[in-house]
Parts: sequence; C-alpha cells; structure tokens
Amino acid sequence: MKNIPVNIQDIPGYGMDADPENEPTYPMKNYTGDDHNRINYERSEQQPADVELLMSTERPALTAVFGTSTPPSGLSGMIRRYAFKHSEDRYRHWIPLILADRINVYEGVLGDLAHGHIPNIFAERGLKSSWKYNKKGVIKKTVVAVLVTAAIISFFRRKKR
Amino acid sequence: MLAMNYRGPYRVRAEQRPMPEIKHPEDAIVRVTRSCICGSDLHLYHGMVPDTRVGMTFGHEFTGIVEEVGPLVQKLKVGDHVLVPFNIACGKCNFCKQGLYGNCHESNPMATAVGGIFGYSHTAGGYDGGQAEYVRVPYADVGPTVIPADMDPDDAVMLTDVVPTGYQAAEMGGIKPGDTVVVFGAGPIGIMAARCAWFFGPSRVIIIDHLDYRLEFAQNYAKCEAYNFKFMKDPVEFLKKATDWYGADVCIDCVGCEAEGNTLQTFSGRVTLMQAGAATALQWAINSVKKGGIVSIVGVYGPPFNLLPIGNVVNKGITIRANQASVKRLLPRLIDHVQSGRLNPKGLITHRIPLEEISDAYNIFSSKLDNCIKTVLIPPSARS
Ligand SMILES: NC(=O)c1ccc[n+]([C@@H]2O[C@H](COP(=O)([O-])OP(=O)(O)OC[C@H]3O[C@@H](n4cnc5c(N)ncnc54)[C@H](O)[C@@H]3O)[C@@H](O)[C@H]2O)c1
Ligand SMILES: [Zn+2]
Ligand SMILES: [Zn+2]
Repeated sequence: MKNIPVNIQDIPGYGMDADPENEPTYPMKNYTGDDHNRINYERSEQQPADVELLMSTERPALTAVFGTSTPPSGLSGMIRRYAFKHSEDRYRHWIPLILADRINVYEGVLGDLAHGHIPNIFAERGLKSSWKYNKKGVIKKTVVAVLVTAAIISFFRRKKR
Repeated sequence: MLAMNYRGPYRVRAEQRPMPEIKHPEDAIVRVTRSCICGSDLHLYHGMVPDTRVGMTFGHEFTGIVEEVGPLVQKLKVGDHVLVPFNIACGKCNFCKQGLYGNCHESNPMATAVGGIFGYSHTAGGYDGGQAEYVRVPYADVGPTVIPADMDPDDAVMLTDVVPTGYQAAEMGGIKPGDTVVVFGAGPIGIMAARCAWFFGPSRVIIIDHLDYRLEFAQNYAKCEAYNFKFMKDPVEFLKKATDWYGADVCIDCVGCEAEGNTLQTFSGRVTLMQAGAATALQWAINSVKKGGIVSIVGVYGPPFNLLPIGNVVNKGITIRANQASVKRLLPRLIDHVQSGRLNPKGLITHRIPLEEISDAYNIFSSKLDNCIKTVLIPPSARS
C-alpha cells in the first residue's frame, strides 16, 4: 500500500475544536508544544563510548550520557547482545535478559573463585540479622527444609525397594 | 573506595572497588554522605528487573559533597553539599523542558521506556549508584541541588526520592477538597503519599497494607485511617462499603510489582515471571475507585506487561495517571514544606546502618525485620 500525502488543513473542520487547556498531564507536564519538534532540541556533548554498550533498537543513536557499569561479558553477555536485537516491545528482548541475569549469577561465583575469593553466601544474604530479629522464622524455615528433604529421600528410597 | 556489589538475587556485599571517573564534561564526582535503600532497590535485589548485572552498585537516593567537576560544569562547585535527584536528566530535551525530568531522552540508551536512574540496572542506563563512598553524577548542573544551610542532611536525602514521589503520587491523583483517597502500600512511599494527600484538601485518607507495624506507623505519621487487608474477606468490597458503596474518588498505587494478596497475580507475576510482577494493588485500585475516578500509579512494574482489568478502566471511565517522580520539578515546593516545618521527612527513618553492613541492611528492609520503615546507609568516610 502506498501512502498518499494529504494537506491536513484541507480536512473539513481541521483543528476547530482544539483546546489547549485540555491537557490531562498538567501539572506534571508544562506543555510547550516542543514535542512536535521531535528530537531536534539542543543536545549536550556526546560522552565517548569506551566500553561495550547495548542500545535499544527504538533509538537512532546513543544518549548524550550513559552508564558504563559492568559491560556485557561471557555467556550472559552473548545472550544480552541477542536480546538487544529486538525492540522493547518484544518478549524476546526481556526474557533473554532475565535468563542472562540468572546465568550471570553463576559467572559471578566463578569470577569470585578465580580471584581466590570464596563467596560467603550466608553473609551476603544478611542472614545474621534474620537470626537476630526473627529466630522463630529461621527455625520454622529450617525445620520445613529438613522435613521436605527427609520426605523426598524416603520417597525415593521406598521407590527403589 | 567502599561500594555495594550485587552478586545475584538476595546477595549483596560491600567491598573495595575502583573510584568513579569523570566520563563527560558535565559530570561531577560526589563523595556520598547519606544513601538510602528504597523499595525500588528491592525489585533489583529480588531479581525482578531485567538486565540487572552481577557486579553493579545500586543506590539512587543519596546526598554528598562535590569532590571534582568536569570542564563544562558551571554552577556546582567543589565542596558543595548536594542532594541528588534519583532521575538523571539533561535539562535540555523536550521532556526535561516540559518538567518531565523523570523521562529524559538523553540519559538512557538502553531503553526508551524509562529515563536514566542512578544504580538501577542497565534497563535504566547502566549507571553505578550511590550506595558507595563516591559516585559519578552526570549533568551536574541540572539535578544536584545545594542543601540549604539550615536543613538536616537526613531530611535532604529523603528529598531525593521519597518525598517527591509521595507528593507526586498525591498530585497525580488530582485530589479535590472533600475527596476520599485510598493509598495502597504503607511503605515509605505510601506513607509519604498519604501524608502529602492532605496538602490537597481531601476529607478522608485511607491506607491499606498487610503489615500491622507499618499501618500503625502510617496512622501516626500521616494521620490517616489504616486497614489491614489480611483481615478482609475482599479488599475491594471492603473499600466499596467504606465509601458508602460508591468507590473512592482517588486510588493511589504505592506497592508496585511485588504485591501480595492475590494467588493468581503472585503465581504469574512473582513466582513464574509470566507477567512483569504481581499487579494486585493496581487491580484493587482500578476496581475500588469510583466511576470517572482517578488512579495514580507510582508503584514500579517491569517493562513487558501485566494482567489488569482494562475493560473496567474503559467501562468506568477511569483516568490513569502515572510516572517516575519528577524530583527536580517538585524540589522548590517541597524544600519549602520541609523548611517551614510542615513536613518531617526524616521521621520516616528507622534504621541507620554503616555501609559495611549492607548485606544485613538489605535483609532487614527486605524481610521487614525489626519494624523497619526506612534505612539510611552511612559510608565510613562520612562518619569520621
Ligand atoms: N515512581 C517513582 O518515582 C517511584 C519512586 C520510588 C519508589 N517507587 C516504587 O514505589 C513502591 C513502594 O516503594 P516503598 O519504598 O514504599 O517500598 P516497600 O516495599 O517498603 O513498600 C511496599 C508496601 O506495600 C505493601 N503491600 C504489598 N502488597 C500489597 C497490596 N496488595 N496492597 C497494599 N499494600 C501491599 C507491603 O507490605 C509494603 O509495606 C515500589 O514499587 C517502588 O519501586 C516509585
Ligand atoms: Zn527510591
Ligand atoms: Zn532531558
């Protein structure tokens, strides 16, 4: 289908009922009409890109500034690069990113070990404070975990017999 | 410098990391004096936000002293003690020019659906945040605001997010004198929204949560009615009845994607991530507001989609208003409310924890231990 250019001024009644006061976003938005200039506003200088950045497909170029934390790396990085081939509208953008986040956790543990650091998961989860403020909850959780494990073990033992 | 380091869901630690550097001529480096943990950080901490990379430093609510400025920074000076709005905003794009500082078009290349936010995953721009001793602050002449000499730094740090977000939640509600306002969520944001609602003259403000200690706190702090939904057969029916079977004039969602209270929402949104979090509070808001009413959303949801009764939005003629708070736009008004003694933001702070103990600080806030409402982290360099 070909789009035929129209002169909107010729449309009967064009703009007759426009009411600049009808601006439902006010006062959160101080409507200036500049939206119609689109991205032609004065822009700050461009920050040089010195790390690998993944950019939304819904943008023409990088923003003037951006964060440079934790560039994509490893297997999770490969998945993130794939994700950024798809727009923010698609599940194939977001689901791979969540998958990459989960894989990244294991990469993090391996990274720690490679640096000779054994992660103290008990401390990282702040469980000392759970014990301090919620002894009952910790005991309940532990008992449930032990019972569930015992039940699973006995189920498989019985199956073997 | 000491900084928070995210290792995966429910795992964070404080450790020595390289100092941040000026990356753009309008940047500043700020030495952090106060830094809060926010309900928004919990969404990251629980692994709910896509593209949250291991090794990142969180933190978007902080104050600090300017240590270094880039060559194009004109207003901010080394030594200034500033509060830094959580939104990274250029001040020049059409969105910033119209006061939408939470929707800047020049601070987040990774997504168009959200502006840049300090320490808030790569979905919000990939910036390391302020739960650290030092932090890089882009557009230093736009966001950072010098803390008035007579203002307590604990009040100042609450002006970076909690106060403006609570205030804007009420403002977006379009509250008219005499209205009945229902706020879902009695976390710091909900409590502040309930408190700020009074500035607009309603006759009733009701807050809903399932944690008694928070409801009690809210009742004292925000002078509102407080109800526990755990003891309701049906929260929507309860609210209809409480509003003479009419519906509230305004409903405000201050819960976001980790809501409790509805098994289907919890299973699909939090357990299996089939939707972008559980939209229980928003569903209740839509269903308990009056016909032609207004639903204001500041609770945070993930990007893909949520299960919501859109049909009811249409059939009831509901107006939905939502945004990330535009901190810079609201600061002059809110600084005035604080300085005149009308608002007491630091009254929300229940915990002050050294940055070194960040793992425990997160667990206390996340697990709602020790009657925690709001936690402030103090870096070692700010304690001496
Ligand atoms: N839009 C913004 O600019 C902005 C800024 C800051 C925070 N936020 C968001 O606001 C939300 C609240 O932040 P917070 O710091 O107060 O977090 P919080 O986690 O401390 O508070 C959330 C509260 O909601 C309660 N809750 C859970 N399910 C509920 C339900 N169905 N109905 C009523 N209450 C329910 C919880 O018990 C908790 O007390 C978060 O989603 C956060 O990301 C948004
Ligand atoms: Zn926050
Ligand atoms: Zn901007």
